[in-house]
Formats: sequence, structure tokens, C-alpha cells
Amino acid sequence: MSINKFNILKFNHHKNRNISLILGVLFFSVGIIDFYLNNYFDKNITYFLPRIINFFTPLIFGVIGLHLIRIEFSGIKILDSLNKNINTTNFNAALSVSIILLIIFGLPPLLNWLILDANFAGDSKEACTGGGACWVYIKVWFNRFMYGMYPNAEQWRVNLTFIAVLVFMAAGFFAPIRLRNYLSLYYVLILPIISFILIYFIVSGGSFGLVWVETGAWGGLSLTFMVSFFSLIFCFPLGMMLALGRRSNLPIVKYSSLSFIEFWRGVPLITVLFMSAVMFPMFLPDGTYVDKLIRVVVAITLFEAAYTAEVIRGGLQALPRGQYDAAKSLGMGYWRMHVFVILPQALKLVIPGIANTFLALIKDTPLIFVVGLLELVGMLNLAKTNPKWLGFSMEGYVFAGIIFWIICYSMSKYSQNLELKYKTDR
Amino acid sequence: MKLKKILPQLLTLLFIILVFGFFTMNAQENMGARGLEFGFGFLKTQASFDIQFSLIDYDGSHTYARAYLVGLLNTLLVAFIGIILATLLGAVVGVARLSPNYLIRKTASFYIEFFRNIPLLLQIFFWYFAALRALPMLEDAPMLLNSSFMTIKGLYAPAPIWTNFDVFFTTIIAAMIIIFFFVRYAKKKQEQEGKRLPVFFISLAIFIFLPLLTFLIGGVDLSWSYPVIRQMSQSSYTFDGGLKIPPELIALTLALTLYTATFIAENVRAGIQGIGKGQKEAAASIGLTPNQVLKLVIMPQALRIIIPPTTNQYLNLTKNSSLAAAIAYPDLVLVFAGTAMMQTGRAIEIVGITMATYLTISLCISLLMNWYNKRIAIQEK
Repeated sequence: MSINKFNILKFNHHKNRNISLILGVLFFSVGIIDFYLNNYFDKNITYFLPRIINFFTPLIFGVIGLHLIRIEFSGIKILDSLNKNINTTNFNAALSVSIILLIIFGLPPLLNWLILDANFAGDSKEACTGGGACWVYIKVWFNRFMYGMYPNAEQWRVNLTFIAVLVFMAAGFFAPIRLRNYLSLYYVLILPIISFILIYFIVSGGSFGLVWVETGAWGGLSLTFMVSFFSLIFCFPLGMMLALGRRSNLPIVKYSSLSFIEFWRGVPLITVLFMSAVMFPMFLPDGTYVDKLIRVVVAITLFEAAYTAEVIRGGLQALPRGQYDAAKSLGMGYWRMHVFVILPQALKLVIPGIANTFLALIKDTPLIFVVGLLELVGMLNLAKTNPKWLGFSMEGYVFAGIIFWIICYSMSKYSQNLELKYKTDR
Repeated sequence: MKLKKILPQLLTLLFIILVFGFFTMNAQENMGARGLEFGFGFLKTQASFDIQFSLIDYDGSHTYARAYLVGLLNTLLVAFIGIILATLLGAVVGVARLSPNYLIRKTASFYIEFFRNIPLLLQIFFWYFAALRALPMLEDAPMLLNSSFMTIKGLYAPAPIWTNFDVFFTTIIAAMIIIFFFVRYAKKKQEQEGKRLPVFFISLAIFIFLPLLTFLIGGVDLSWSYPVIRQMSQSSYTFDGGLKIPPELIALTLALTLYTATFIAENVRAGIQGIGKGQKEAAASIGLTPNQVLKLVIMPQALRIIIPPTTNQYLNLTKNSSLAAAIAYPDLVLVFAGTAMMQTGRAIEIVGITMATYLTISLCISLLMNWYNKRIAIQEK
């Protein structure tokens, strides 16, 4: 009791609880309101305090307030959970107040720029009058950002192809039971061929009365999808072979796979793309021309195959030795053992890892600008230099950022779910 | 049985030889047709192009080899700064993700989810073309910390001017060597006599006082050159003196740091979470102070989990620094695989050298980290 008398900032005694609470809330709100007024109305209600602490007044008031309401077992549910979660010590309180102040400082201007002051209507630069973002820019350029230089009248072909490929992909999930065994064959071999034929005849055109559209005109987000889809599909079998090769006990096979993997993992993708652009034509017989897009897909495939190989190797290593021994004791040879026993189990383990590789692949595709192919980010940089639309680079990057973020975030959440799902199996 | 072992190997070898042979033959033919001869002699010829930002003396009259060195140093500079900053930020955010404070925890995970899911190239473009372009012009820039200016053309900061810098530098190295031997001595003494010397404070004292001494007796002197604005014509200004850090470097470092730190933070979190609670309790129950628990029990074990994936992130950061070419920061790719190749047309040699350089850097970092990892690994008997 006597100690409590000297402890002026700590009102632990039950009688003083309400006073402490009221004072605490008061201090806290003064701090917050002071900060708010300072920032948005240019008013300083704590001008009478010395200048040196003026800058920190909101923080100090907030911390004092939180200190006062830190009452253990107060019996008020909200207060208890508040204290437990953001207000355990003075240091924690200071951090919490800083974050609250940061949100007050940053959120309203951001919202204003993004939505409240932004311009949505109109179709020219003159429609953008407010201080906020000019989404008209995105609206006008939307087709370019999605399809690149692909002619407007022909864009239905790209959409059709994408829908068709998606349908073929989904078909695997609804395959009848007796065809289930051939599913991996379907995904690894047949689907790539079907997709390639579709893209070659529909998107590229040139026959069946469709206009030929050269690959240089392809672009935008659809190109991002195309490049990453094909690279993923091709890098998977290659990565599998490399992973098996790396674990092989035949020295030449082992060390050639090893050096292949380590080589591609050691160089940046941008140099690989440079290689495909300037070095690769030198390696082919004079006069052969390989399309730019194909060269890029080959380059990214080789690059990602090395990473996929490492992921699959992880899965192979995670299998217990007993599986190998059991398969061998049944008299299975190398290939039968791997195809029927090892790979089906190992591949299930590495699905999350493959999803992560695919995520990295999508995030790497913007790099293809170095060979002159313009997907979404490349198109943004092109649109930004258009003399009619100067000065909207911020809107473009925010737009692309949101799109990529949605794609990558949902994929990473999906792969985390898969990881949890397969973890419980073992 | 023998055939089963030899045949696949022979086939692999044959395949490799065929592919390489095919490529070499074509390359020879193609280069012959263009009047080029394979060789690295061009490295000694005059480069005759300028580089915006260079750590060593360079102008157009230097050789291609010198230009290569400038690019390499610029790459290493970005990688070095990026690795240090990303490690610091990543460690802080990783610990913050485990904070008991709800707001801190959520802010940290928001930061991680936000920055790791946006392509790095997009982030670099954003900082360079959108964020840093919003900075004031030279003449309108406010003074920061009474010495520096953050402008649209980059950061102008005071530059240190050393006299007898080599003396100072030698002393720092000497101090490090002394500390190394002192720590070994202290450890030996503790093992033999059970006495603990205040290692940290003595090392710190050596590290601070020995270099300071050179100011008094070694003739070392340090003064600062402040950037001063000067009007060149009606509307063009420039800064005299000081240190200029170009906006490309700032944008690149910022983007690399923010992007890589998210991955490092996740590693740190996983490392700390990977240590059982029992370890902490056991350490506390034998009477270690909380600081000792962290330093002697938690960290050595957590580091073992943290280091291998973090090494990968360091490698990624170094490789990702090649994206510099996109915003014209003169790194290895831009200077050498870009400008130098355009001028000489020697695609095979130049792309080869560039790739070999990155491979070497990658191998060096992973060797270093493997060595460190081995040192701190559990020594099972």
C-alpha cells in the first residue's frame, strides 16, 4: 500500500482503476488527435510544449496513455485483450503507437490517390484533372497491356486459345478412372503438343483464313502467361531427368547433370536471355532462323529446369531408403523402380516446391524485354514514352503491381495449402 | 551387367560431344563468315565509350579490360550494400513476425507478403521511374542533416577527404588481427583457468582506439567536402564537391534490399521457430541470464537453420543485381554484355566472360558460406 503511493504512474489499486483508465484514454486520444491535426489541418495544439519534444509529442502522449491503461486483470474484456496484444510493455506500446501513427500518416493520402481523387471517366489525358491517379490511362491502354501489339480485331483468337488450353488442362481432372494411369503422360506429353498446335494455328494464324500475326506483335499479360506456361511444361520433364541423373551412380551421367545444373543456377537469367539473343544464332548453321519467342522459351526452360531438378532431387532424397530396397527386392530394374515406385511418391512431395518454382518463373518473365519481347512491364515502359500520355508511369506500375500481386499471392497461398495438405500424409 | 553400366554413359558422352561439336563447328563457320577470329585480344584495345559511374579511374581512352573491371566493381558494390542492408532488415522483420505484439506481427507479415509477390524488375522500375522522379530539382532540394541533398539527380552527400588514408587502413587491419589473437587467447584462458575476460569490451576498445591513435601520431587527417550548389546558367544548376550517389544505384539498392529482405525474414522466422521451447527453458534452468540464453543457446542453433537458405538469397541478390541493365546502372551486364558487345560484336567471348564471372562470384559466395556452415554445424561424435 505504501509503495503504491510513491508509484505515481501506476494505479494498480482497484479504487484508482477508473481514474487511470480515463486519464489513459485521454492521453492517448490527445496524442492521436494532435498528430491528425498536425498532418491534415496544419494546427498544432501542443505548441506550448518545448520545441525539442514537439515532434515526438504524439508518441509520448500515446505511450503515457497506453501505460496508464495497462491494468492487469481489469475484468473488462476488450481492455484485457488490448493489453495482451499490443500493450505488454512500454517498449511494445511505443512500437504500437508508432505503427498507428504511421497508418494515420500514410493511409488517407494513399486512398485519396488510389480512389477518392482519382479519375475513372473519359478517354483522353484531358479527362484527368484531379490530384489523384489517372485510371483513364489504364482504360485507354488496357488492350495493349493485355495483348501487346496484337491487332485489336484479332484478339478473340488469343482469348479463344486460352480458354481452349484451360479446358484441355481441366479435362485431366475429370478423366475416367481407367484413364487415370495415363494422366501424367497426358500432362507431360500430349497437353504441350495440343497447346502448341493451338497457339501455332490460332494465335499465329496464317492458315484457315486467319491473318498471320508475327510473334513480335504478341505481348502484354497474355505473353507472360504463354511464356511461363510453356517454360513450366517443358522444364518439368527435363528437370526430372536431370534430378535422376544427379542421383545416378554412373559417374559420367552424374557429373554431366551436376555441371549442367550448377551452371544454370550460377548465372543470372538476364545473361541467359542475352545468350539466346546474340550468342545462340552464332551456334546454328548459317541461314537457320529460330523465332525469338521460341528462343526465349528454350532459354527460360533450360534455366528453370536446373531449379526444378533441385526441387525434385529434394523429393527423391526425402523418400525413405526402404522404398528403394523394397522395389529392388521385387526384382524391379532402374526404370521400373523409378516409374512405378519412386517418382509417383517423390513428385507428390515436391508439388509445393514446383509451385514455388513456377511463381519465380512468372516473376522472371518481365526480363524478356532484353530480347525485345514486350510483356506487361515492357508494354508499360513503351506506353510511358508515348508523347500523348507522358507522366503516368506511377499509375502503370501500380496497375501492373496489383495484377502480379494477385497472381503471385494466390499462387503462393495455394502452394502453402498444398504443403500443409501433403505434410499430414506422411 | 557391365554393358548396363557403360552404355548409358557412352550415350551421354556421345550426346554431349555431338552437341558441343555441332555448336563449335557452326560458331567457327559463322565467325569466319563475319571476319572475326575467336580470341580475347580485343580486351587490350581502346574501349572509347564513357561510363556514368565508376569506382576507379576510367574514361574512353582505357581498354575493354578496364571497362570490364569498372562493371564488375559496380556489380559487387550493389551486391555488397544490398546484402548488408537486406540482412539487417530481414533479421528485424523476421523477429518482428514472431513478436507478441499484434500490430507489429501483422505489419511485418504485410510487408513480406506485399514485397515478395511483385516481380523485382517491376519494383526497380517503380522506384526509378516513378518514386525517385518525384524528388525535387537540384535548386529546390531541401538540405538534410545540414549537409546532404536528395534530388532528382541523386543523393549529394559530404565526401570524406583523407590524408594518409593507407596508414589508417593498415591500422584497422592490424587492429582486427590483434583482436583475432586476443579472442583466441581469452578462449584458451577460459578453458584452462575458468576465467572470463571481458572480450567484447576489450575488442571494441582496441578497434576504436588504435585507429584513433593514428590521428594523433600517424599524420592521418579527415576533413569533409560538402556539396555546394552552383548556378551554371539561367535554369541549370550543379553541385560542386561532395559525393554524388546516382539515382540508379539508389533505386537498385532499395528494390534489391526490400525484395530480398522478405525472403531472409522468412528464413529467420523459420530458424527461430525451429528451436524447441525446451532448449530455452533448459538453458534458463541452469542459471543462464536471458542474454546468455540467446547468445549461447538459441542463436547458435537457429543460425544453423538460417544460414543455408540465406546463402541462397545472397546468391540470388547478386544475380538479380544484373537487372541493373534495365535502368542503365553501369553494372557488368550493361557495360560489358551491353555496350562493349555492341561495339566489338564478339558475342561468344563477351557473353562467355560475363557468365563465367557470375559463376565465379556464385561459387565464391557458396564456398565461403559452406565453410562457415561447416564451422557452426553440429559436431556429432
